[in-house]
Amino acid sequence: MTPRMTRRMTRHTKDVAEDVPRPTRRGPRRGAPYAFLAPAIVLFLLFFALPIGYAIQLSLRTVEVQGLGLGSGARREVWAGLANYTDALADPELLDGALRVAVYGLIVVPVMLGLALVFALLLDAERVRGRRAGRLLIFLPYAIPGVIAALLWGFLYLPSVSPLHRTLDALGLPEPDLLGGNALYLALANIAVWGGTGFNMIVIHTSLRAIPAELYEAARLDGCSQLQIALRVKIPLVTPSLVLTFFFSIIATLQVFSEPTTLRPLTNSVPTTWSPLMKVYQDAFGTGDIHSAAATAVIIALVTLALSFGFLRAAGARARQGEAR
Amino acid sequence: MHQRTTVAALTAALTTAALAGCGSSDGGGSDGPVDLTYWAWAPGMEQVVELWNEANPDIQVTVKEQAAGDDLVTRTITAAQAGEAPDLVQAEYQALPTLVSNDVLADISGELDGAEEQFAPGLWQQVTLGTDAVYALPQDSGPMMFYYREDLFAEYGLEVPTTWEEFADTARAVRDADPDTYLTTFSANDAGLFAGLAQQAGARWWTADGETWRVAIDDEATRRVAEFWGGLVAEDAVLNEPMYTPAWNQAINTGEQLAWVSAVWAPGTLSTAAPDTAGSWAMAPLPQWEEGGNATGSWGGSTTAVTNDGQHREAAVEFATWLNTDPEALAALVTEGGIYPAATAAQTGDALAGPPAFFENQPDFYARAAEIAQGTAPASWGPNVNVAYGAFNDAFAAAAESRGDFAEALATVHRATVDDMESHGFQVAE
Repeated sequence: MTPRMTRRMTRHTKDVAEDVPRPTRRGPRRGAPYAFLAPAIVLFLLFFALPIGYAIQLSLRTVEVQGLGLGSGARREVWAGLANYTDALADPELLDGALRVAVYGLIVVPVMLGLALVFALLLDAERVRGRRAGRLLIFLPYAIPGVIAALLWGFLYLPSVSPLHRTLDALGLPEPDLLGGNALYLALANIAVWGGTGFNMIVIHTSLRAIPAELYEAARLDGCSQLQIALRVKIPLVTPSLVLTFFFSIIATLQVFSEPTTLRPLTNSVPTTWSPLMKVYQDAFGTGDIHSAAATAVIIALVTLALSFGFLRAAGARARQGEAR
Repeated sequence: MHQRTTVAALTAALTTAALAGCGSSDGGGSDGPVDLTYWAWAPGMEQVVELWNEANPDIQVTVKEQAAGDDLVTRTITAAQAGEAPDLVQAEYQALPTLVSNDVLADISGELDGAEEQFAPGLWQQVTLGTDAVYALPQDSGPMMFYYREDLFAEYGLEVPTTWEEFADTARAVRDADPDTYLTTFSANDAGLFAGLAQQAGARWWTADGETWRVAIDDEATRRVAEFWGGLVAEDAVLNEPMYTPAWNQAINTGEQLAWVSAVWAPGTLSTAAPDTAGSWAMAPLPQWEEGGNATGSWGGSTTAVTNDGQHREAAVEFATWLNTDPEALAALVTEGGIYPAATAAQTGDALAGPPAFFENQPDFYARAAEIAQGTAPASWGPNVNVAYGAFNDAFAAAAESRGDFAEALATVHRATVDDMESHGFQVAE
């Protein structure tokens, strides 16, 4: 949709809105909007605001022990102030985990979105046969649950049971240790790319299909090749979809959990605190310290929020700039 | 007006949620049979409990398999915080201090009648935590042993090691004989194994002294064990990869690994991990630090504990006592669940007269096991075993991967454990 079209539509909806008679200030109709909003508000409060509030409350408290800490009354919950937060921020494991996730994200996001865009453009090109089948095949890995995908890949990474290693061995080639050292990042990124490309491709492809054919015709009349059409017409027009998929991918990267957790038992290279979310899980359910887990969770939520809004604002500013041009 | 509507709607919703939350825990009134809930994961437990239910119409027990091991500990603590814990729960020995510390378990010393003499002192001390209270009844135990491929040992001309020094020589001999083969692996993914080896060497990681916990994870005995395995890993005499992986299964099934330092329950694990090797394994006592010794550690084993939330403590204790001391119950636990009973009398009972199915070649398996079990070193657990185990997994995995300094990893585990206790207000001596 071009900016001009959007503007026209906005004006149109505004006209329509002005035609609707305003509700009178008196009478039972005044409460109607609230009645309609009530279910959403209740659900929001119960399942969103309340848990967040509870997590914040937990994060400000801690357990204190008397004596040997055995028997009843040996533990009590006390106010901790911001101690859990300062402890979490001072813990080098949290920062290390964030850095590991950053490296992982630097591999996953560009590769996955790049592949998704290439696949979407290929499927959208003229004279492509088997478009439906191709789309389905590329999308299929997304339908495999993350834990199962990680398990499958884990088996493929383990040298002694992997057909990949057997083939390399038969060919006399060196066998890489995919579960150790820096190769681990590639191994983990590969699982995410394999599983996520199809979904992002569908999003981009759908918005490609929405581009009116006249634009291509005009471009061709101007002497554009297929490649030029892709670069100068299609990609600029699907930028909103690219922004959206980028946004989703960043959030998914920050929340990476099931792949490293599933691979963890197979190798020495994935500590229990590999990603910040794994640290929260380990604190809450491994070591049973729900209070510091809550504090770390709040910190992660804040960072995610800041990153997402920062990115959306930057994307919005660029879009406005483009519009002004 | 609109504000009031919202508030009313919210109140209604909250009340409904609150009502749904409670009101489901009043099984068994004043008359009629007592209903007990038992969270357990031992295989075949339902069949064993069926025997009890048939004979005791007044006390009906329902087994629920909620989770296993450490997950069940977390779940039970959470349930107890909500006042919804089951009447009885299966808990591993090392989890007892954590459960007691969270005020989940009841002191049942008042309801018990002569159970103590049915168990080895080393086990009994673990359910009392060295106090006058009794927090659980021992169910099974896991004395550690050395398992090896009898056929391949003969083929390579290897002797069964009786000391750890011989064990190291055997590991090197295997590497010399076949560069693709290892005696065994050092696995960092189960702290229980390492804890058992440390017990054998004489370590006592937590001891209570008055109101103070003494933590000695980084003590001489444990450091000896850590440095021993670290040395073997560094010179590539043993592998450094985790166990229980598809790769490990493959290695013990095909003979790429010849031995496994494990516990009495190993036959069950071997039969699923290495199905092609039935009858080729043999069991021997754990190698010793002192020549001629007969010490061993424990790996695994669990108890039956009664919680504070239960309304029928006496009935629960009666059932727990039956389950873990009655010959019929213990025989059923052995045949249905394949456990190694904690009660001393049952260890030489009829149910354990023959060897486990995977060890037909060793008819005196359980007779030897009972002999080995007599040398079980006492274990002493503290209130944050889970923290120590988590720190172990991370520190030793990193050390094993880099073939680095195991003593340093041990110091890290010790530090993490002490720091956690101190931050919660425990008085700790080192």
